[in-house]
Amino acid sequence: MTMLHTVNKSPLDRNALESAITHATKGSAVLMIEDGIYGAMKGTIKSAMVTNAMKDVSFYVMGPDLKARGIDASRVIDGVKIVDYSGFVDLVAEHKSSQSWL
Amino acid sequence: MKFSVLISEGPYTHQASDTAYNFTKAALEKGHECFRVFFYHDGVNNGTRLTTPPQDDRNVVNRWSALAKEHNLDLVLCVAAAQRRGIADADEARRNGKNADNIAEGFRISGLGQLIEAGIQSDRLVTFGD
Amino acid sequence: MSDVKNFFYVNRRAPYGTIYALESLEVVLIGAAFEQDVSLAFLDDGVFQLAKGQETKDIGMKNFSPTYKALGDYDVNKIYVEKESLEARGLTVDDLLPLTYEDADDDYAEKNSIKVVTAAELAQLMDQADVVLSF
Repeated sequence: MTMLHTVNKSPLDRNALESAITHATKGSAVLMIEDGIYGAMKGTIKSAMVTNAMKDVSFYVMGPDLKARGIDASRVIDGVKIVDYSGFVDLVAEHKSSQSWL
Repeated sequence: MKFSVLISEGPYTHQASDTAYNFTKAALEKGHECFRVFFYHDGVNNGTRLTTPPQDDRNVVNRWSALAKEHNLDLVLCVAAAQRRGIADADEARRNGKNADNIAEGFRISGLGQLIEAGIQSDRLVTFGD
Repeated sequence: MSDVKNFFYVNRRAPYGTIYALESLEVVLIGAAFEQDVSLAFLDDGVFQLAKGQETKDIGMKNFSPTYKALGDYDVNKIYVEKESLEARGLTVDDLLPLTYEDADDDYAEKNSIKVVTAAELAQLMDQADVVLSF
């Protein structure tokens, strides 16, 4: 079983997403929550960081946090799955442990 | 799963307590068991009963108290962090020579050992912070 | 108490600017009494927590860096410092506090607690953890 990495800060604000991706082993998952959802947006200078990692790591983003910030699903990088709190709970249950990159 | 939650930031300034609340509620609705919610660092500020937030927005403290009552949750404020930040129950106030206590309903104050125990006894421990 | 679990404490923030470094150390020390399998990781700005020569008189805060030296006495001797984080900050292991422990299995010989590891090695170590505490 692999680890779930949660990231709650924008990649343009902190290095948390970059650090999480660097330390995410093959088969693990990264979930972007709170201000971390900006890491899931297409067309930013940080988008490639996520797309390049997708071959090894599964990416998820919190739908409620996207909506709160007015970021439409159409702006989410292709391949990043949108989940709700129920999905967040499932991700925690399905992975061996969770690490929060704050 | 049997899960525990660690909350490292206080109410309102960070979304941590909100996300933790929504996560905990969703997990309980799915039938999972919450072993403990542990509040550390500024997270202890979620346990003061003296907040008066605007009426048209959520009441972070009361929401935790209500969830704890509904599901018999164990909400624990770290004693060392609480002492630093001025959150006290009647015993702590008396012990430390304070003329008031301010702990909210449904919370209790205890040591860091409770966090370690939560890690040992739970299947999953999730941290919400800054 | 149930099985021994692998507790992994992750430190990514500099000392003094915020309280996370100090309060996370307090968790480690209290946690030591529970006889679990403990590892500490210092990466990103967390490597600055272990810098030698901290003198805090002029900022009026307690210098808590001596506490790191006590970790060996609490049987906390797996201290991983990330190589890439050191290099990005122009530091080497010689800039860090000399943290040691006495190895009871080797006639109490004094050994280094700090192991410099790559990000890839640290990722593997994190994956093996049962409980990850991020501060």
